Amino acid sequence: MVRGTAALVAAALIAALGLMQGAWAQASGDKPKDPFDGHLSVSGNVGLEGRLFTQSPVFSSQKRATVSLDGEVELVYRFENGDRFTFKPFGRLDSADEKRSHWDIREAAFLLRLPKDFELRAGVSKVFWGVAESNHLIDIINQTDGVESPDGEDKLGQPMVMLTLAKDWGTLDVFFLPWFRERTFPGRSGRLRPPLYIDTRKARYESKLEQRHPDFAIRFNKTIGKLDLDLAYFYGTSRDPALVPSLRPSTGEIVLVPFYPLIHQGSIAAQYTTGPWLLKFEGLYRHGQPDARGIRDDYVAAVAGFEYTFYSIFKSKSDLGVLMEVHYDQRGRNAVTPFQRDIFAGLRWTANDAEDTTLLFGVVQDIQEGGTRGIFVEASRRLSGHFKLELEARFFNTGNPKNIFYGLRRDDYVQAKLIYSF
Amino acid sequence: MQTLYRNPRDRCLRGFILVAGAIVLAALTSAITTLAHAETAEAKGLAIAVETDKRDLGWGDAKAKLVMLLKNSQGQSAKRQMRMRLLEGKGDGDKSMIVFDWPKDIDGTALLTWSHKSGDDDQWLFLPALRRVKRISSSNKSGSFVGSEFSYEDLSSQEIEKYKYKWLRDEACGKQQCFVINRYPVDKRSGYTRQETWIDKTEYRIQKIDYYDRKNSKLKTLTFTNYKQYLGKYWRAHLLTMVNHQTGKSTALQWQEYKFRTGLRDGDFRRNALRRAR
Repeated sequence: MVRGTAALVAAALIAALGLMQGAWAQASGDKPKDPFDGHLSVSGNVGLEGRLFTQSPVFSSQKRATVSLDGEVELVYRFENGDRFTFKPFGRLDSADEKRSHWDIREAAFLLRLPKDFELRAGVSKVFWGVAESNHLIDIINQTDGVESPDGEDKLGQPMVMLTLAKDWGTLDVFFLPWFRERTFPGRSGRLRPPLYIDTRKARYESKLEQRHPDFAIRFNKTIGKLDLDLAYFYGTSRDPALVPSLRPSTGEIVLVPFYPLIHQGSIAAQYTTGPWLLKFEGLYRHGQPDARGIRDDYVAAVAGFEYTFYSIFKSKSDLGVLMEVHYDQRGRNAVTPFQRDIFAGLRWTANDAEDTTLLFGVVQDIQEGGTRGIFVEASRRLSGHFKLELEARFFNTGNPKNIFYGLRRDDYVQAKLIYSF
Repeated sequence: MQTLYRNPRDRCLRGFILVAGAIVLAALTSAITTLAHAETAEAKGLAIAVETDKRDLGWGDAKAKLVMLLKNSQGQSAKRQMRMRLLEGKGDGDKSMIVFDWPKDIDGTALLTWSHKSGDDDQWLFLPALRRVKRISSSNKSGSFVGSEFSYEDLSSQEIEKYKYKWLRDEACGKQQCFVINRYPVDKRSGYTRQETWIDKTEYRIQKIDYYDRKNSKLKTLTFTNYKQYLGKYWRAHLLTMVNHQTGKSTALQWQEYKFRTGLRDGDFRRNALRRAR
């Protein structure tokens, strides 16, 4: 209840800020000298989402239909010298899942421009690594906000100090990550969760320092003509927990407890862009991560694929992109990822109209198990300068109780989301 | 005195030489002009393009605000608003950074372009929701820019090397006198066979372009109005109107708050700068 009230207050605040921004922009209608001048900018969005699950749930506490309200606001303060401070809180209120009703500081960071092409980012921030579309294999700095969407693209804010040196010979980022964020998981009444409840209150760590273990990362990025190349190294607490079944003495219930090991990860990402082709590769080598059996063998994993775009199809303004990506994980069936040996095929239709209508259809097919696949459709269309409609549908299919999709087998859903941006 | 004692034969000879000379001269002149004519239409077209380019050298860098109004044939309109940073290329094409302000759902999306005199440009897109920088294909020259009637090639940096030229005629364009030249895109993936271009004779500013599609039928007309001069030298049109004759749609592109030599440098046009584009 307290959580719900807090989220409502947050939503009201976000809406009020949006209105204030509008009024402020009108009041300061005088010509600024520089189009990039102006100290404070406020933007954000509020979304109303309805989800309808096509099958009855596995657990009686789970719901057939859910409604969710989310919002975020981004305040950017620019200093005279080009430095800036970004603050971006996020919150969600969910009708069914108490764990999905949550808030997070996505960003609260200073960006300082230092002499000699150095740049310093300090605070809570977000960084994305990688090139692939169907799975973000090497992306490791930010923890996944697991209650947001099964696509894993939503991330929690990560406290960091990031020093960047950007030169003609390439860009070097050095990260110091002083605090670890635990992954979020759906609650008991939430859907899209494994059969056993994940008890996040009892999370265990390999490091005695637990969340205070300092993590480090370094990344080098260079563009050589048509090739964009990223090399990175990470040492610290893995963002991917091993989920260990344990007995809860008070209730006698078997729950899954997240265990966060210390890992080393070396990774490479490359994209070669030529004509209508985008050729993509991501690969990693990881040391210290337990597999499904709890064995911590070193392993490699990779994703390779392409995106080819047919422009102006059927003499229209619209484009059609064909995507294909092959996923490999050395651990095979012992991998703790849905992308252990899979193939992704997708179609992306872009209307190039004034409403920016787009449609993405994709299938992730398991190579080792013919009956295991995931299918999704994402569509979006702008309704006005402030409103946008997003439609999404996801279907999960597996007959294997050991497969990671098994818990989701009755969780096929269709979703509509109306977004107001300001 | 000498003229009085002129020998009649002498006179006759002189007359002959004069006539012969005149004939030879006439023949020569006509030969030269024919020769020159065969060469000149192209050379003259190129010379006009070179002069246009030369007059715009040295502007350095600029910032501006852009408003696009997209109108369909029923008169309904949609707005795009963006801000732009530009850096003049040294030896190669210009660099640009565009950040979108409107519509609100794409607020903060940024596009970085390194244009090249030949071959495809390099382009990166910043998606603010994911904080993701994505290298994108720039081979779709004729594709629509944000749903407008402007294609990527219409807006990309105009380099001499990108076209072959031919002078067509001189004619009045409004109150001014214009050169009319054809520009033939070198790139096979261009959406055009030719661009008939009006350039005024006094300041070498483009006044109008008729775009002809691959079937050589008139596709679009772009008019440049509201020219203002910056730094006492560089002319910039502040209203560009593109009309599509085949669909009846149009796009008005307004440039506002132009500011030159703002101290931008290469570091403002690297991948990592996309994050702080806004």
